Amino acid sequence: MRNSLAKFLQAIKLPGLSFLMAFTLTGLIIAISDAKVIAKFSTPLEFIKSALAAIGNAYLALFQGAVYDVNLTKGHTFIHGFYPLSETIVIATPLILTGLSVALAFKAGLFNIGAQGQFIFGAIGASYVGFHFHLPIGIHILVAALVGAFFAAIWGGIVGLLKARTGAHEVILTIMMNYIASYFILWILKTQSFLRPGRIDPIAPEVNQSARLPLLAGANFRLNFGIFIALAAAVFVWWLLTKTTIGFKFRAVGANGQAAKTAGISVPFVITSTMMICGALAGLGGAVQVLGSTYSLNTDIAGSFGFDAITVALLGRAQPLGTVFAALLFGALHAGGRTMQSSTGVPLDIVLVTQALVVLFIAAPAFVRYIFRIKKLNASASLTSKGWNG
Amino acid sequence: MSLELRGITKTFGSLTANDSINLRVETGQIHAILGENGAGKSTLMNIVYGLLNADSGEILVDEKLVDISEPIDALSAGIGMVHQHFMLIPVFTVAENIILGHEKSSKFGVIDIDAARLAIRKVSKDFGFEVDPDAIVESLPVGIQQKVEIIRALIYEAKVLILDEPTAVLTPQETDELLKTMRELKAKGTSIIFITHKLREVREVADQITIIRRGKVVAAVSPTTSEGELASMMVGRAVDLAPVKHKHQIGEPILVATNLTVRDAMGTAIVKSVNFHVNAGEVLAIAGVQGNGQSELARALINLESHIEGSIKLAGAEIRGSSIYDSLHSGIAFIPESRELDGLVGSFSIAENLILDLHDQQPYAKGINLSASTVLSEAEKRVTEFDIRLQSVSDAVSTLSGGNKQKVVIARELSRPVKVLVASQPTRGLDVGSIEFVHERILAERDQGRGVILFSTELDEVMALADRIAVMYRGEILEIVDSGVTRGELGLLMAGVVTKKASA
Repeated sequence: MRNSLAKFLQAIKLPGLSFLMAFTLTGLIIAISDAKVIAKFSTPLEFIKSALAAIGNAYLALFQGAVYDVNLTKGHTFIHGFYPLSETIVIATPLILTGLSVALAFKAGLFNIGAQGQFIFGAIGASYVGFHFHLPIGIHILVAALVGAFFAAIWGGIVGLLKARTGAHEVILTIMMNYIASYFILWILKTQSFLRPGRIDPIAPEVNQSARLPLLAGANFRLNFGIFIALAAAVFVWWLLTKTTIGFKFRAVGANGQAAKTAGISVPFVITSTMMICGALAGLGGAVQVLGSTYSLNTDIAGSFGFDAITVALLGRAQPLGTVFAALLFGALHAGGRTMQSSTGVPLDIVLVTQALVVLFIAAPAFVRYIFRIKKLNASASLTSKGWNG
Repeated sequence: MSLELRGITKTFGSLTANDSINLRVETGQIHAILGENGAGKSTLMNIVYGLLNADSGEILVDEKLVDISEPIDALSAGIGMVHQHFMLIPVFTVAENIILGHEKSSKFGVIDIDAARLAIRKVSKDFGFEVDPDAIVESLPVGIQQKVEIIRALIYEAKVLILDEPTAVLTPQETDELLKTMRELKAKGTSIIFITHKLREVREVADQITIIRRGKVVAAVSPTTSEGELASMMVGRAVDLAPVKHKHQIGEPILVATNLTVRDAMGTAIVKSVNFHVNAGEVLAIAGVQGNGQSELARALINLESHIEGSIKLAGAEIRGSSIYDSLHSGIAFIPESRELDGLVGSFSIAENLILDLHDQQPYAKGINLSASTVLSEAEKRVTEFDIRLQSVSDAVSTLSGGNKQKVVIARELSRPVKVLVASQPTRGLDVGSIEFVHERILAERDQGRGVILFSTELDEVMALADRIAVMYRGEILEIVDSGVTRGELGLLMAGVVTKKASA
């Protein structure tokens, strides 16, 4: 027990410290970009005081917007204070799925930048089944989600097949496939079959009630069944990687493709099937977003879920559990960022700065080790570079 | 110039790589340092050359204490080093390589290459080398490239020359040439520290031999000591240098390669239409200097290469063009040249590495599920059978020593039904004890009626194990000879000189 706790602490040390440094630097940026703080520059004591106050207020607002809001409106109960937390989970849900997509690819030695495009195809598939067909409750959700995942699996599988057959680099391929997907959704939303009756702007009809993921905490909260799908997917990825022969192949190719090949493991099979499963996971993210959150397909459906997924997977060290936590953390940053903007005037964009800094520090473990004088961990430190080198 | 090391100690974490080592190299002496891999030879030399710094100890040059913390200090103290892997820029000329790091320019910043040319000619004349200063390094044979390194050391007035495993990359003839050069250098008063694990060379050329085991000097002996004694001192126990090869009945051809050609991605033939066969119960050695197509030929036998032409018949069935998986499972065991790159997944556990090939078969796989308990229990069996020394089968395979890593590869490859064992440089980088084990295992496979194709650049290994020897030169098999061939004849063949018609 103590051993596993030590192991856990060891595993989160680097991401944790990266996060700490990112928050510290973000705090400095918040302070120096605040005109009121800068105005007190001539009196050092006042300057530091106001700087700390600015940072404190911003982070307090961030917390209130992400976890629990103490300022309850009249008539609202204690439960309503948790609205921010439910928002955090709602934002985290698709991120967990796209994050798992990137994480699984990392494990097989692939760098999947294409979660964005795969997410879009998942959303398109789920949306179409959702509004076009009329099926019994339950079955409708299942079919819509599976069709979304299937579309995205094909989209990811194309990349896998191209890499396996021609040796083209998956980073380039997925970036290009993202462009195609982004423009494809713009086009398809203007076609007759996706146009919402009575509207001329690119927005699809809402999915039928029978295809909507059940709400978990009543109509006042957006919290829906999607989080369970995401958690189940995390368990699935864990099971696949650690308990199955397919996962064994994935990990072997990811850790040393040459040795895996020499031992008779088919590298093309691994690349293609990994990319298909990764596509399906990201596509499920798109499906969950449409069926549980927006209910309709629009041009901005994917937001930055596919790109944040890379950060999430890196922060989660490509582990399923780690990815879940990292996605929740990012969900919290996004949810809290809005409150921070509205109540303290610190722009939402500062959250992007924090995210970027986290990636920066995680991608430069040697730097973090240097700052905190940590000895080199020989664990999965090679993970990130492996991803980049393909 | 004499060099003396006193009480050199160097630790890496809990490992003591050098434990108060004392060593004295006299002026004009060839001093061999003998030891297994990991004994601490390289660490010691890196300390002398300033690449590493000792925790404690002193270095004296001509009885005077010197402070060597960087290579430049070693150079100015008159210590030069020729590394095992040459530090040359392949596309530069000899002269350009030699002035590298010491570039002097004449007026207007123009580099003064003429001075370097003159210096090279002078050193070449003094020591009897024939090296063209304007030749491009990559176009030169390996033996000459090594001379360029030696010339570089001499030009910068090295009086003590460290040669780190200098014969590993050379043909037997080039090795003889190097030994001759070493004697000439010695006659001119240069001291040489000669690091090697090849006992024959040591006895031929050294004046004094120091044996290092586990970071300590265990013996300082004269070159009259027998090879057997040297080997036991290196390992710390009695070793069998020449494995016992029983006479026995050789069977029918089991693997037949006909007009086998292997091309690289550019379409250039690396292996040029070779023909050979191996019989059941026979060791066919494929000898040759590194880089003459042996690696590619070995890989082609299990279809690891992408462009293979011709035919490979295993027990009568064509396997060229099969998948790697099918090649392995039709009865070929394959020990790849590099166990780190091609043999093992370093971050995987020992147990996982043992089933890299069999993970999706009974009894390991139950449907899609991998049975962790079976994987562990089967691993324990292999570990006992192959005497793999480890703490736990769940440890990463990268924590094992070279010899034990190779045992993991061998254990895995021999756990399938085997008709032919293809072993590519199976003892490269292994210590004497592990070499002994691998040799015994190879002969055991032969005695059980399997065909063995042994790719090796080590003449001693080839002579000791082979029933027949095929010599590869520039992608072709020059001759296939019986094991009665002499070292000299084999050496000539490896250098591409065909003396007589094929006898087998």
